[in-house]
Amino acid sequence: MTNKTNNDCKSKNLATTKTMDITKYIELVFTDYTLRTITLGTAILGAVTGMLGSFAVLRKQSLLGDAISHAALPGIAIAFLITGAKDSNTLLIGALISGLIGTFWIRGIVTKTHLKSDTALGLILSLFFGFGMLLLTFIQKQPNANQAGLDKYLFGQAATLVESDVWLMAIITGICLIVMLTFWKEFKILLFDADYTKTLGFNTKFIDILITTFIVLAIVLGLQTVGVVLMSAMLLAPAAAARQWTNSLSVMVVLAALFGAFSGVFGTAISASQDNLSTGPVIVLVAGVFVVFSFIFSPNRGLLFKQIRFIKNRRDLELHKTLAFMHHIAETHEDISHPHAVKLLNNFQGYTRSTLQKLVDKNYVQLHGNMWSLTKTGFEVASNLYTKQSTEDE
Amino acid sequence: MNKIAVKVDDLTVAYNYKPVLWDIDLKIPEGVLMAIVGPNGAGKSTLIKSILGILKPIAGSVSIYGKPYEKQRQLVAYVPQKGSVDWDFPTTALDVVMMGTYGSLGWIKRPGQKEKKAALEALEKVGMLAFKNRQISQLSGGQQQRIFLARALVQNASIYFMDEPFQGVDATTEIAIINILKELRKAGKTVIVVHHDLQTVPEYFDWVTFLNVKKIATGPVRDIFNDDNLTKTYGINYQVSIQE
Repeated sequence: MTNKTNNDCKSKNLATTKTMDITKYIELVFTDYTLRTITLGTAILGAVTGMLGSFAVLRKQSLLGDAISHAALPGIAIAFLITGAKDSNTLLIGALISGLIGTFWIRGIVTKTHLKSDTALGLILSLFFGFGMLLLTFIQKQPNANQAGLDKYLFGQAATLVESDVWLMAIITGICLIVMLTFWKEFKILLFDADYTKTLGFNTKFIDILITTFIVLAIVLGLQTVGVVLMSAMLLAPAAAARQWTNSLSVMVVLAALFGAFSGVFGTAISASQDNLSTGPVIVLVAGVFVVFSFIFSPNRGLLFKQIRFIKNRRDLELHKTLAFMHHIAETHEDISHPHAVKLLNNFQGYTRSTLQKLVDKNYVQLHGNMWSLTKTGFEVASNLYTKQSTEDE
Repeated sequence: MNKIAVKVDDLTVAYNYKPVLWDIDLKIPEGVLMAIVGPNGAGKSTLIKSILGILKPIAGSVSIYGKPYEKQRQLVAYVPQKGSVDWDFPTTALDVVMMGTYGSLGWIKRPGQKEKKAALEALEKVGMLAFKNRQISQLSGGQQQRIFLARALVQNASIYFMDEPFQGVDATTEIAIINILKELRKAGKTVIVVHHDLQTVPEYFDWVTFLNVKKIATGPVRDIFNDDNLTKTYGINYQVSIQE
């Protein structure tokens, strides 16, 4: 079995890699057959799932991926029972068929019954997964030496990837890319406004089935590497991370593909250099790091900058309120620059010493010892505060 | 006003068991600005959606200028309810308006300079040119509504269907929108609007359809917009007086 020799080969090579530095690792990626295969495979897988995941996320079908991957399990088991062989391509065809059946049942349930899509997804997910697990235990009781290792599909095992698997991934990714570029306009408008798309004369069902089929394909491709249970993270994490950085669909899809690919490469590197870590979960965790990093540090939507903007806005508002309060006092005098005691400001809640200093810095206010007075600019700014709403835009 | 733009025959639509629309016959003459009024759940949006083929009716047929709708799509533009899409979608105002050109482009072909120019013109018409590169989530409700209107204007259709274009917009936007609709009518277009505010019907529209599952009445506002029809449609005595 090629898988077995690969496994042996991997452990032999990687045993020596435990304490290797980065340059050596990179060198090994290019020279070592197994490592190269796995790295390429996980990178391609990450790219295609990230790309398609963007569509799933924007359609609010994030859970669809989870349902599809779980629905694929009985297909794998049945394919094994029928053929008796553990050839990965045969098993994946089984996975594809049962994944598609699950998907179209979900669609059927949503359109034909009162059930909402989350219920339909949960239902199909657990029913198919339960049935798949039942079949797996049944297979394990069979007197067939070949049966060991089917449960690898639960959490995936990247080490079982061989060159032909990577080729298959590359070809399907290529087809997916061509289809996506060809129907880009149609995909985009369907994602944004399906009803409107229909009125323009597009066959929305066709576009919908095209997108869904590719999502199912991508998930099935990843089962061997990442496994049934974690596969949906590959679909969602890169897309969720990418959404944080951009407001353009095309950039989002490209970024998601990049994040996915890097998750694959880094995940493989980490798991390869820490001998016993299984690749799938590590890849998913790396993708998770991308998500967390993006949620916090992305400039527009990120929590950190949002918080900073929030605090800054608050400070600006405090400043403006203080200025307005001073304006109120100054208004009662004929001379707007008439000095007043700083003490007066203590009655005002938003006032602090530092806000006063900032107003001085902006040349809105002048300080003379314990007295302050508004400058001309300060008075004008204060009287025009927040009365220009309509010009605020652009 | 003798040509019939939209003709609906025996239209019946049901979700599940209960009919939402029952046996609707409707003739909409060319060049009118028509309001569809009726209480919540009267089937106003459903009527538009069934005419446009978004929903499949149980029975009945729709024709646009005497031919089936499927053959006349390019004559028809649709403005959906603002709330029907996710405004956090990663795209810009200009991009959304460009979508109005997708229908005439057909499959696969990408929009080019010509389409961009048309979209920019439409943005200008609705007073949103300055916002063309704005992410759509950063637009106010009224601005989003204008973007939707611009997207329909780009289609350069003869008949416009609009689902509550005045919902959640401020007075300025409402006036801007109604002015555009009146301009469309002046240009000989037919405009059909699902409308909620009965007070403004006589001021904005010249044609009205009362709907409550069944069609109650349809015709010129000055003839049929009266307490009798309002009571029949809404079930209570509405007492909306028409200001002349």
